[in-house]
Amino acid sequence: MTFGDRPIFDGLECQLNKGGVHLLLGGSGAGKSTMLRMIGGLQRPDSGEVLVAGERIATKTEKELWQVRMGIGMLFQNGALLDSMTVLENVGLPLREHTKSSEKEIRSRVAEVLAAVGLHDVESLLPRQLSGGMLRRVAFARAIVREPEILLCDEPFSGLDPLNVSRIEALLMQLNHDLGLTVVVTSHHMASSLRMADQMILLRDKRCVAGTPEEFAGSDDARITEFLGEDGQAYLARLHEIQERSPR
Amino acid sequence: MTGAIRKLGAQSSSLIEALGRIANFGGAILSSLPKPPTRFGFFIRALYDAGVLSVALILLSGFTVGMVLGLQLYTTLTRFGAEGGLGAVVGLSLIRELGPVLTGLLVTGRAGSAITAEIGSMKATEQLDGLRMMAIDPVHFVAMPRALALTMAMPLLNALFITLSIAGAYLVGVTIQGLDGGVYISGLENAVRFGDDVGQSLVKSLVFGLLLGLIATYKGHACAPDAEGVARATTSTVVTASVCILVSDYMITAFWGV
Repeated sequence: MTFGDRPIFDGLECQLNKGGVHLLLGGSGAGKSTMLRMIGGLQRPDSGEVLVAGERIATKTEKELWQVRMGIGMLFQNGALLDSMTVLENVGLPLREHTKSSEKEIRSRVAEVLAAVGLHDVESLLPRQLSGGMLRRVAFARAIVREPEILLCDEPFSGLDPLNVSRIEALLMQLNHDLGLTVVVTSHHMASSLRMADQMILLRDKRCVAGTPEEFAGSDDARITEFLGEDGQAYLARLHEIQERSPR
Repeated sequence: MTGAIRKLGAQSSSLIEALGRIANFGGAILSSLPKPPTRFGFFIRALYDAGVLSVALILLSGFTVGMVLGLQLYTTLTRFGAEGGLGAVVGLSLIRELGPVLTGLLVTGRAGSAITAEIGSMKATEQLDGLRMMAIDPVHFVAMPRALALTMAMPLLNALFITLSIAGAYLVGVTIQGLDGGVYISGLENAVRFGDDVGQSLVKSLVFGLLLGLIATYKGHACAPDAEGVARATTSTVVTASVCILVSDYMITAFWGV
């Protein structure tokens, strides 16, 4: 996978587990967002395969991809809300397009997911009337409104206050637990991400290193220790200890 | 010499490639037209933006062009003692050429550029990718209603432009210069043939609207997803659509037979 002459991935091989919570780690420009876009079929690799739920999406046409995308929700880094539409229209759009729900059912479902992300009485507002944190939560609500099987989240905690970070984290865990939602998260908010993750994927030197948080904590792989640092590994080890004592 | 030929070849092949992409995009818009849902609400909103919001500009420009035309033609025709032909000359030149062309150029500057900038900024802020991830076709959702609105708005705005221009020329020729009003109107009535002249005007404005709709939406979709890319695409829409309007105007006139 290259951008212009700059290779992003070279020989990348990575497997995500169904129903798992995956944390994509890596420095700026390591290709975290690109990897999410490749899973969603928005970006195609120059060579190789991308399989989502057994479907080879790299060779599919845009129309064929729609069927795969019906089962995917994606939270973009800047929200990607349609700025000419209200919050109600934005969040209700996937329902309006792909279900036969009545207007009343759509309104009720939209209010329900907005409440789940801690928003009330914002349905009539336009995206430009929302703060950065509210905008991200509305975008998150739109990504989960149809209860997808896979949720791709690009920096879901960015711009949120601690209360809302906990709220979104709890919601993600609940969706993962109740619906078996497969979650892929890129985040610089290490504490929340590490608490949630079953699997960590570190993008480094155009390839990836994958493992469980405890494997990362005890790893002496230079790529992991360099990226996490001693503090990061100690934090992971302590977190693992706490989780062992009180399993989530 | 070899370098120049190579450069010319590269430019020609990139032009053909671009034309192919535009044709492909046009095909995608056309094939999305009958697909449900109808996007009627988006079409009405786009029609309002492209049509209703252009009305003031069209009325003012039309009236002013008519006044200038009336003044110039009256002075020129008086030299030959043919001022009675003012209504006929004004009517024919406006209906067959000036109306559709000037309306096309004005709408390109006002609505075409705005549509490119809007779609371009949607691309830059990942709104189009957001639609794709929701399994919604951006061509059907964004481009089709806007292209259709421009195609529909152009003939209506053309009619308004022509009407106001004729009124402007009447004001100068009859009210200010003193030409008989009956002579002006009867000259207009006798000279203008509905099928040939009004029909040609209608066809031209429809073709210009279609071209502008296609170019404006394509440039927005194809632009680089950043501020500079959007700015370049907007400028490119105005230049490309203006040239296409002028060239196609000649072609329609030539094929129609003057």
